[in-house]
Amino acid sequence: MAHHDNGKAYWRANLKLGAVLLSIWFIVSFGFGILLVEPLNRIQFFGFKLGFWWAQQGSIYVFIVLIFVYVAAMRRLDRKYDVHEDED
Amino acid sequence: MDVQTLTYLFVGGSFALYIGIAIWSRAASTRDFYVAGAHVHPVANGMATAADWMSAASFISMAGIIAFLGYDGSVYLMGWTGGYVLLALLLAPYLRKFGEYTVPDFIGRRYYSHTARVVAVISLVVVSFTYVAGQMRGVGIVFSQFLGVEITWGVVIGMGVVFMYAVLGGMKGITYTQVAQYCVLIFAYLVPAIFISLMITGIPVPQIGLGAEVADGSGLSVLEKLDRTLVELGFAPYTEGSKATIDVFAITLALMVGTAGLPHVIVRFFTVPNVADARKSAGYALIFIALLYTTAPAVGAFARLNFIDTVHDEAYGEVAPWFKSWENVGLIGWLDKNEDGVIQYAPGAPFEGLPRFEAERGPLGERQVANPPTDGANEVYVDRDIMVLANPEIANLPGWVVALVAAGGVAAALSTAAGLLLVISASVSHDLIKNTFARNLTDRQELRYARIAAALAIGVAGYLGINPPGFVAEVVAFAFGLAAASLFPAIVLGIFSLRMNMQGAVAGMLAGLGFTFGYIVFFKFVAPELNNAEHWWLGISPEGIGAVGAAVNFAVAALVCRFTPAVPDEVAELVEGIRVPRASSGPGKPRA
Repeated sequence: MAHHDNGKAYWRANLKLGAVLLSIWFIVSFGFGILLVEPLNRIQFFGFKLGFWWAQQGSIYVFIVLIFVYVAAMRRLDRKYDVHEDED
Repeated sequence: MDVQTLTYLFVGGSFALYIGIAIWSRAASTRDFYVAGAHVHPVANGMATAADWMSAASFISMAGIIAFLGYDGSVYLMGWTGGYVLLALLLAPYLRKFGEYTVPDFIGRRYYSHTARVVAVISLVVVSFTYVAGQMRGVGIVFSQFLGVEITWGVVIGMGVVFMYAVLGGMKGITYTQVAQYCVLIFAYLVPAIFISLMITGIPVPQIGLGAEVADGSGLSVLEKLDRTLVELGFAPYTEGSKATIDVFAITLALMVGTAGLPHVIVRFFTVPNVADARKSAGYALIFIALLYTTAPAVGAFARLNFIDTVHDEAYGEVAPWFKSWENVGLIGWLDKNEDGVIQYAPGAPFEGLPRFEAERGPLGERQVANPPTDGANEVYVDRDIMVLANPEIANLPGWVVALVAAGGVAAALSTAAGLLLVISASVSHDLIKNTFARNLTDRQELRYARIAAALAIGVAGYLGINPPGFVAEVVAFAFGLAAASLFPAIVLGIFSLRMNMQGAVAGMLAGLGFTFGYIVFFKFVAPELNNAEHWWLGISPEGIGAVGAAVNFAVAALVCRFTPAVPDEVAELVEGIRVPRASSGPGKPRA
């Protein structure tokens, strides 16, 4: 059944997108901000130690970007698989 | 006009605005009352979510906590923002597609069971009440601090205002007052922050000022100077942590997952018109939240630097006036241990416990502290909360800014309290009364029950605010751990697993909740003397244990699910249905 496969493909694409975005989410916060904070702190970044900047500023900015990338990418996926809501 | 009059004017004016909005946006149906008719624009919902989310603690306490914790304070910054990524990607769009009114509604339907629904209601009520008591207390404290009103009366006035717009307007009233409250609170936060940043670095953007050079000709950046000054005084450097990495990791994760599992935040995404708007709305919410959350670490660092500069090695007779005015309130205490008339600031507590003041003043006009002194060199007690509250005075800002900060603090506390009270009342009227005990209620009857439940919840919250049980302050931080360990895994599994069944979900929720609750109660109440890194399991503090609790929930659910009956077909269909914004117009299924 064609539209069943369509639904599955949509869901797979969705999961793949989520996995990529959540990996970035993990890397900037838990990676740069926590696990790698000491080595990164040896690098100076606009008056900040880089690890400290990721923990108190950078990760938050990336979180915002991630959500809007998700919004845009899902909009395209919704249309591609013809499951988007009617514009009203 | 003096500061007191201005403060009455600002706080009173903001109350008039909130009540006006409440009358304008009266709820006419349960759909209005629970989800504001699902007509809220995603940007407005983003603002409302931000106000809902940012409590008295975010507004008043967070910058002060960061000021004293330095790098370790990052757990709150990342933890309380990163959760929105989880919300946007894993929960919000699917729950919006589900389209019902409450979180227990989803859990009850997805896991086809009243037991699951009731477990979810219990988790929700426990989480929300611990949280709301802290908010009512916050309202009381702001009132007593700025308006000279008794805490009790402060709480009563706060209850009255929330009653007006929550009981009348329900979610609809709350949403639009929260939009107004967001504007008040963010303006009140940014104005002093910008002036402090200008004063210390000459740069008006606090986020950039935090990395800039201090405008005192030393050529050092703010953080370098702070590190250097603190190390000279015997503290650990500001930009390096003293918590173990595993604990920082666990606390951050528990706060993120907990944020995404808090019912009053999740419910906000039920109020937008469609799935695409739910996704967008999470993004807007995070922008509005980030405005405060990226400013807070700058405020914290500036305030700490300024505090040390003003206080350390300064003769009491010549210290800045704000030091004395907060000493008068009792949030600063000075004990001249070496009797040189000069204030010395150093690590460690200056004396045992919270300051108790003698009736008579000392020879220099200072308030005499009665507490037994400690051995350390430190002579200054300082309550962390004043870092935000004293900012306007520290930066010599005019009286209206002080008044604005008071109105902002009240807005932050009221907006969060209202959001919490609404989810409590909705889960009582909708999940317990309508869907468990009296299934044939009409919409009007259910609406009346919802209003009664909201009024009762306000009463209980007010009582807890006036007579806080000793453990409230301790427990608020753990609401996150409990939400992380109970609701979040059940919802995520309900969406992303077609096979997760009722037995698995209920066992998982109970195991996660029981484990987290047990760990916290053990270290906080049963054996508080063991509450240190040496005795913690894997070095994870009670604050961070929710992360492990969530993992326990997932693991138990997966295990139990394998040995119990499969989900019914109609539930599998329900899950398939919420995974797509609109059913595909495939062959034989023309578009509606």
